[in-house]
Amino acid sequence: MNESTGGGRAGNGTPILEVRDLSVYHGQLRALDALSLRVYPGEVYAIIGANGAGKSTLLRTIAGLHHPQSGSVLFEGTDVTGLRPERRARQGIVMVPEGRRLFGSLSVEENLKVGATYARSGPWTIERVYETFDWMRDRRNQRAQQLSGGEQQTVAIGRALVANPRLLLLDELSLGLAPLIVQRIYGMLPQILETGLTVLLVEQDVSQALRVATHIHCLLEGRTTLEGTPAGVSAEQVEAAYFGLAGTAAVNGHPGEGSVS
Amino acid sequence: MAWVNAVIQGVLTGGLYALFACGLSLLFGVMKVVNLAHGDLAVIAGYVAIGIITATHMPVLWSVVVVVPVMAVLGYVLQRTVIQSSLNRGVLTTLIVTLGLSMVIENGLLQFFSADTRGIGAGMSLVTSSFSLGSQIQIAWLLVVIFAVAVVVLLGLQYFLSGSSYGRLIRAVADDQEAAQLSGADYRHVFGIAAALALGTVALGGIAYGMYSDLDPTTGTDTILLFAFVAVVIGGLGSLWGTLLGGIVLGVAQQIGAQINISDELLAGYLVFLAVLVLRPQGLTSRRAQT
Repeated sequence: MNESTGGGRAGNGTPILEVRDLSVYHGQLRALDALSLRVYPGEVYAIIGANGAGKSTLLRTIAGLHHPQSGSVLFEGTDVTGLRPERRARQGIVMVPEGRRLFGSLSVEENLKVGATYARSGPWTIERVYETFDWMRDRRNQRAQQLSGGEQQTVAIGRALVANPRLLLLDELSLGLAPLIVQRIYGMLPQILETGLTVLLVEQDVSQALRVATHIHCLLEGRTTLEGTPAGVSAEQVEAAYFGLAGTAAVNGHPGEGSVS
Repeated sequence: MAWVNAVIQGVLTGGLYALFACGLSLLFGVMKVVNLAHGDLAVIAGYVAIGIITATHMPVLWSVVVVVPVMAVLGYVLQRTVIQSSLNRGVLTTLIVTLGLSMVIENGLLQFFSADTRGIGAGMSLVTSSFSLGSQIQIAWLLVVIFAVAVVVLLGLQYFLSGSSYGRLIRAVADDQEAAQLSGADYRHVFGIAAALALGTVALGGIAYGMYSDLDPTTGTDTILLFAFVAVVIGGLGSLWGTLLGGIVLGVAQQIGAQINISDELLAGYLVFLAVLVLRPQGLTSRRAQT
């Protein structure tokens, strides 16, 4: 059921990110098995899959936090597989890590300033972050650890944006947040995309991912089980790919959380 | 009056102890590393100062301007080579590596410079002069100057950590190394800068101690490291101004102990150290309890 990589997206030119035959192990456990994907400029590319499917491992390997056993990561046509995470960040691959990971003892503004320290030139400044998320300016001197989870997630996104990434990696934005807050945070995506960056995100909440993505890629046990546009795949296909029902479409047929209209 | 004198002398000595301790505290706060060679590096700074003064007849205070940057560079290099590679192998490895470094330095100094004690600036008016408060209290100018230097160093460190770009990175890396990497910061470089600051401050401590007392190859471990450690623990691990408070508490305890019986000076300091460990193990300034 694998569709050809980049099918229907050829008009977008060369991919901004290409992952080739990537295999990553955690000790004896194979987290990713010869995985390949291509992300084109301007896309919102969503990796979906169950717990332990290898989604976060994939994102962390692209960011440089894990070393692959084999395979390569190409960013704007250049092989970055051997680069340290900070080098990749300075070249424009910036990740919002799972669990926010703000600098808790630093103020909101200091968090943004750290994000801007090695920034590329581009549209995002701390001032622009304050304009986009207007509550943040009033609370800029508050310590990050005093913020609510949703506020922290927004600051974490702001911290990534001020680096002016070309490719923004979002790891499980919805984790530990109320559904309303999650919707509000994903609601900010269009404003972010306006500035011309590309988003690669990992999300367990499939319906959320299908709502925002232009391209989805489902993982199961480190392998691709489905790839396509949200409009081009059916809920049954997503369900089958998500739970690994051996390529058969929705055996028991009840519509899962990934309903596509 | 003798007791008032003891307290004043103790408070002033606290400034010297803060110079020993603030670098140790900084490195612990940022890297969670206890640098057991901290005191020996202070002694190296003192010996380098003595060497420069002997060779060039440079005024003592000018030698500080040379030695502090040299030690800061040494700190950066040591961090990026020996200490960083041990950090990757766990906390115990770092303890063992810095202990080894301490032994190498101590025995190296013994080998090349013998066990003789050496002072810095003997006969200098700054070292010998004092002023009186009332009829019974004599205060050495040197201790006042050292105390003032300690306050300036702590203010400078605080200003650097809170106001500068690198200071912010140091605090960010202390909070979350991986998140700092994702923001483009090379934490190894940031650690190196923290180590440079730490060795710069302890170089001042080593030279100050050489003027206040004498240096020999074992001063680093049996005095400087020990007092630094006690001051850091009393003040609260990782707290900058806590090192001055801890240093003052240690200094006052020693002077009061000496007032009771001259041989009780060190004992009194360690008794207070023990009392703090039992009653307030997180230190006097720290809000968080240690786990």
